[in-house]
Amino acid sequence: MLGTPSAETGESVVSGASVEAGHEGPYPASETHAHPEEVQRRGERIASLWFVIAFLGGVGFLVSYYLFPPSAQDVPAIADPRIGQYSNMLLGGTLAVALFGIGAGMTVWARRVMPHYEVSSPYDDLPSSEKEKGSFGDFFMKSADESGFTRRPLMRRTLIAAMLPLGLAPIVLLRDTGPLPGDKLRDTPWAEGVRMVVEGTDRFIRAEDLESEPNGMITALPYVVHEGGHGEGGHGGGEGESARYAEGYHLSLNDKAKSVILLIKIPEGDYKSGMTETVEGQDEPRINWTHNGIVAYSKICTHVGCPAALYERTTHRILCPCHQSTFDAANAAEVVFGPAHRPLPQLPIGVDDEGYLSRRATSPSRPGRRSGTTRRTSR
Amino acid sequence: MSKTTQAPKALRGVGNFIDDRFHLAKTGEKNLRKVFPNHWSFMLGEIALYSFIILLLTGVFLTLWFKPSMAEIVYDGSYERLQGVEMSEAYASTLFIDFDVRGGFLVRQIHHWAALIFVASLVVHMLRVFFTGAFRKPREINWLIGVGIFTIAILEGLFGYSLPDDLPSGMGVRILQGVIMSLPLVGSYVSMFLFGGEFPGDLIIPRLYMLHILLLPALLLALIAAHFMILWHQKHTQYPGTGKTNKTVVGTPMFPGFAVKAGGFFFFTFAVTAGLAAFVQVNPIHLFGPFTPTSITSGLQPDWYMGFLEGALRIFPNTFDFQIFGYAVPTAVLVPGLGLMGLLFGGLAAWPFLEAWITGDRRPHNVADRPRNAPVRTGLGVAGVTAYGILWLAGSNDILSETFSIELYVTTYIFRAAIFVGPVIAFIVTKRICLGLQRRDRATLEHGYESGVIQQLPSGEFIEVHKESSQDTVDALLSKPEVTSTALGEETDEKGVESPGKRKAMGRIRRSLAHWYTKDYVSFDGVEPHSGHHLHHAAEGEKESAAH
Repeated sequence: MLGTPSAETGESVVSGASVEAGHEGPYPASETHAHPEEVQRRGERIASLWFVIAFLGGVGFLVSYYLFPPSAQDVPAIADPRIGQYSNMLLGGTLAVALFGIGAGMTVWARRVMPHYEVSSPYDDLPSSEKEKGSFGDFFMKSADESGFTRRPLMRRTLIAAMLPLGLAPIVLLRDTGPLPGDKLRDTPWAEGVRMVVEGTDRFIRAEDLESEPNGMITALPYVVHEGGHGEGGHGGGEGESARYAEGYHLSLNDKAKSVILLIKIPEGDYKSGMTETVEGQDEPRINWTHNGIVAYSKICTHVGCPAALYERTTHRILCPCHQSTFDAANAAEVVFGPAHRPLPQLPIGVDDEGYLSRRATSPSRPGRRSGTTRRTSR
Repeated sequence: MSKTTQAPKALRGVGNFIDDRFHLAKTGEKNLRKVFPNHWSFMLGEIALYSFIILLLTGVFLTLWFKPSMAEIVYDGSYERLQGVEMSEAYASTLFIDFDVRGGFLVRQIHHWAALIFVASLVVHMLRVFFTGAFRKPREINWLIGVGIFTIAILEGLFGYSLPDDLPSGMGVRILQGVIMSLPLVGSYVSMFLFGGEFPGDLIIPRLYMLHILLLPALLLALIAAHFMILWHQKHTQYPGTGKTNKTVVGTPMFPGFAVKAGGFFFFTFAVTAGLAAFVQVNPIHLFGPFTPTSITSGLQPDWYMGFLEGALRIFPNTFDFQIFGYAVPTAVLVPGLGLMGLLFGGLAAWPFLEAWITGDRRPHNVADRPRNAPVRTGLGVAGVTAYGILWLAGSNDILSETFSIELYVTTYIFRAAIFVGPVIAFIVTKRICLGLQRRDRATLEHGYESGVIQQLPSGEFIEVHKESSQDTVDALLSKPEVTSTALGEETDEKGVESPGKRKAMGRIRRSLAHWYTKDYVSFDGVEPHSGHHLHHAAEGEKESAAH
């Protein structure tokens, strides 16, 4: 019987589970629809053929691996995208053949060689009997009483109280995953007088440069030189920044992500009424923030932060390709379509004494706490 | 048949070694005899399982080289076109996998394809369970676990998509951050904590990496294990047919039939995934370039399972945005970005309990419903699929606009209308189709099936000969349950007193829902199998011709 010492091991996998006399299969004959011997024999041949194909596929895979080296001087290597593609197709193709062959062989085996089973077995009755339930409940509560948990409230309550602070600990421990927002989201590297450069270069921009742009638009970034780890704008750009960008002009991704602007040249006559209004907290109209018909807006969409990169010169519309928020560049970047909530913030610009476009000084009549439409500069 | 083959000595040795320690012979035999009902739709969940196994295997391989680091470097690797370009170590190491590791490109593509197939098979599997009512008692908890697996799978996919730090992947993270920022009060805090500061910072990829390869897979593994233990314990549902009842399950035993079939199917799944990875390019990050927050390409689509959220973000107008104390509450981000997820997963999780509340059905169900026999449920399901599909399409409205030369904004207006109209039409049409199919079932039951044989009677009349359906078909048709609800019982008890529960508001809501859920169905009352005149036509015809 089950669990008997292994000394009595018979012929089956586990001792004792001998095959019933007079019954060959493991399941009742009525539930086992065996295929005729001929069908089985053909099935065996087809399955074996698939397994042979799979074997060849597997060998092909191993061969393909060594066909192209990873990087080499004169021989074709996978670093060349074209060769890499061949390598990928060979490796993947042979692997697929190997896997498919095994799958197909096993399926033929199950469908042709094995009987078709229609075995039945009962679904278990899931709820326990009332007696079992009663017995369990009785046992559980008696045990709880005996343990004192139910009868000794002082101990029970102090234990629960002891657990509470520990439950909070993992949450508290997460506090240092990041800083508090504070004023970080208000500051950008656009301090007064900061020059702008064409994005991806360190080339300063003159007003005339906009004329030669076919689309009348330039993506620009602030030119900030970092010195000794504290750049001109000490704006949460991430510590360790100085080490990474020790030499020359370099803007961190954090700074790029919030200071990238679109410079757009719009014929003066095309500006609409929105430009005569003032930004909240400021005392001059937006049109004064433009220079020579050039207006600067943040390129970061006010919806969820994609770069609003598409500009149509004829309609002066700025379109964010992610969710299609559309802003009217001639009208204070008002939202004209799509899900964005706010206009794109406008940056006051002018030229410095060398004639380069830069962030212009503004004279706020009162400190705008949260203007929503302008970017405060770093102190 | 020949004599039973002797188990090899080694196997016997191992068997006894294990049994001496675990007493497993009885349990082992019981489980190897476990019965799996046969139907193609039961293989959908298997695809999900096998894709998950493929994901684990290929994912481990990828970690051998991937560096989850946002440190900026200048690339000087093997891929010539990007040499000298600034990028993160994450992106550079992904390029290394693609162009310096033999089979690396293939494994990365298998991983990506398997992820797409994993979520797709989860969705189709859940639809199967929904439409056949397999979520009903006693399987509600397994349905909830399934909803959990689905939720985590989507996040897992999103985070994996974000790791290579190519342009679209970084933009996905940017959108995620934008959605987080829309949370009233806590948004900027959650964002700061998640990113370790401002976007993008230099921590988000290491953190997503930890979530992607450790925490979420561990949760998935645990939930999948629980899912399987429960289904193993409760056994599968089965479709109606001869001998298939709530008390008896009919199918293929685990050993040997199901083991070989399922094993073969695993290899099929893997073969298809490998074939796709070999010949269909997916997510070619080397063509996209590294992430920078200042650039973007148009025609950017996320992986398919994020498409419905992307579509919702695109078509939701800013009309309902408002401001409090100068702080914007951007409902155009909150509702589609987070509310929709809540609605989808919350709705899925609540449905089994809602349906049981409406119908008052507390019986265990092991025989699956044929979808037509639950017209309202099926209609709701199709309405849900339609809404999902419309949002998913809206996520590609720029592509649609370009392909079909429709103005971009017009596509948005069309989708804004379709999201309301589409599901309603889908519900009505589906319900009608269900009822039509029920009627056809009744006709088949009564008159047998149309054999396609045309016979001319001696009277000159042409008839199509109907033949008797198989016993299995008759049993399947007769299994049609009556759609009822306990809420629709007598209004008053025997003394003429209205039950207090039914008078309350919830009771009234339940009553009207129950009425809506049950009012339309085709009764099979009094229908005797094969009693219809069509069958007797033929018989009469024969009789008539015999008489002549």
